[in-house]
Amino acid sequence: MIEVSGITKSYGATKALAGVDLTVERGTVLGLLGPNGAGKTTLVRILATLLKPDSGTARIDGIDVLAEPQRARELIGLAGQYAAVDELLTGRENLEMVGRLYGLPRHEARKRAAEVLERLTLTDAGNRAVRTYSGGMRRRLDLGASLVGRPSVLILDEPTTGLDPRTRSELWDFLHDLVHQGTTVLLTTQYLDEADILADRIVVIDRGSVIAEGAPDELKQRQGGDVVDLKVSDPSVIPTDAEMLSGIAGRPQIDSRSGRILVPVGGERGVDVLTAVARKMTDNNIALDDLAIHRPSLDDVFLALTGHTTATETDTTHDGDAPPGAANRRSRRAQRAGAVS
Amino acid sequence: MASTIGDSIVITKRNLLRMVRTPQLIIFNSVQPVMFVLLFRYVFGGAINTGGEYVNYLIPGVLVQTAMFGGTGTTIGLHDDLSKGMIDRFRSLPMARSAVLTGRVLADLVRNLFVMLLMIGVGMAVGFRFNNGFFPALAAIAVLMAFSGAFLWFFALMGLSVKDPESAQIASFLPIFPLTFAASTFVPLESMPSWLAAFARNQPITHCVNAVRKLTQGDAIQGVSLSNAVSLTLIWSAGVLVVFSALSIRRYRRVG
Repeated sequence: MIEVSGITKSYGATKALAGVDLTVERGTVLGLLGPNGAGKTTLVRILATLLKPDSGTARIDGIDVLAEPQRARELIGLAGQYAAVDELLTGRENLEMVGRLYGLPRHEARKRAAEVLERLTLTDAGNRAVRTYSGGMRRRLDLGASLVGRPSVLILDEPTTGLDPRTRSELWDFLHDLVHQGTTVLLTTQYLDEADILADRIVVIDRGSVIAEGAPDELKQRQGGDVVDLKVSDPSVIPTDAEMLSGIAGRPQIDSRSGRILVPVGGERGVDVLTAVARKMTDNNIALDDLAIHRPSLDDVFLALTGHTTATETDTTHDGDAPPGAANRRSRRAQRAGAVS
Repeated sequence: MASTIGDSIVITKRNLLRMVRTPQLIIFNSVQPVMFVLLFRYVFGGAINTGGEYVNYLIPGVLVQTAMFGGTGTTIGLHDDLSKGMIDRFRSLPMARSAVLTGRVLADLVRNLFVMLLMIGVGMAVGFRFNNGFFPALAAIAVLMAFSGAFLWFFALMGLSVKDPESAQIASFLPIFPLTFAASTFVPLESMPSWLAAFARNQPITHCVNAVRKLTQGDAIQGVSLSNAVSLTLIWSAGVLVVFSALSIRRYRRVG
């Protein structure tokens, strides 16, 4: 499990993390959600023992990552946004190298590399140089490298950024299996659907602070629950529609230009409201183009919480989620004072 | 300790594999010293009076220059690992903290040895000879390796400190280039202005060049004490090794 308490980290005057607390229970997935620069990568780097916080504590399966970084490293697997595998080595050589660096004897490292290749369906490509791999294969190998040491805690920094939908869903299935076998996962992402599908709990951070926390459904519920969404064929009849619908559930929200009406379900059952709306429309001979129940998406939740959507903020004043090289470049001086050795 | 050595070997092997798979880099590394050999042997050499065969004076200088210039590869290689996230990967593993750097230096030392042997071959093709016997010749190569291995730690520190590949080139080349020429590498110190000769006489590259020259040419080289040159070279090497390996490993731990 992961326990983070009161972590702060500043780069000069910029607070990348302003006191973050979170817990990830064993065998569960925590989705760490936030815009660029929110501090996600900074937190990941602290947990991975790559960066020392200014204050606070972080424990991996009870081991303090600051006091005993070397023991913590035996427990974690890290896979990053920028696939850190050696392009000139083959997939197999990369995994064997990592195995050896975990302290496995040569034959063990070889066996483990073969297992991991098999598991990530890279066996056929195992003896090819990584530079011939596709983006998805490279990402799988990077994930594979983080699995060689059989980590109990997996830290994934935007594992599917830039992957095509099919490869993404393959990785999701794979992570699902891992978690099922007891691995604890902390995953940062900008994709809300990814968090929705994978995460048991979600922590939303923005500007270095946790601004919301809960199961995906809880967060959505907080957003006001389901709505019935209908679109009338002729927008000119809208005023009367609204009147007709007002008694059914919540107060309808109307977009008279497009003919779209949203009826919040409120405390009623979504199906009942939908049926009532449909009947009302049929009884009055109003033609509909569309009628559906929507749950608010995490996008809606995110928008409501942060006042902006996930992908828009490109503020780079914090180091949060810049590529590692860029982060190094920008903050080398600021970080000189403190990383874990 | 066992893991320090084992991890260093794993990283050395990785870097050697990379080298074997990018032979063009070794070729680029070799072109420059070959040009220097040809340039000084046939263009400038006739104008430089060293009191003996210039080619026998030249090649020891070129070997030391090769040992130093090879360090650029160390700087660029480490910078590359850093910017591509490999160092993050290594730092997140429960491995020895010094192994990434030690493995880089050892692999580059092997490459330097290869290029030096190539230079000896080229040198012999244009008239260079070992005139002081087999074992002193071996000792010359050992001194070159010690000197090269120590200075590679300086280049490693540069690799962890620079911001971009262009800076890696400059940071590794700029301090070494004048140091290599303001020495007994290509010309006798007596031909320099006295203030420059005074500097050149006391800097490590001159000591190393003198040691290699004396070990390969014996009594044909006048005015140099073998034991002085060798011991000063080794003292400088030890000093550079201690200071720059400590600084580099410190830098590596904090490079976050």
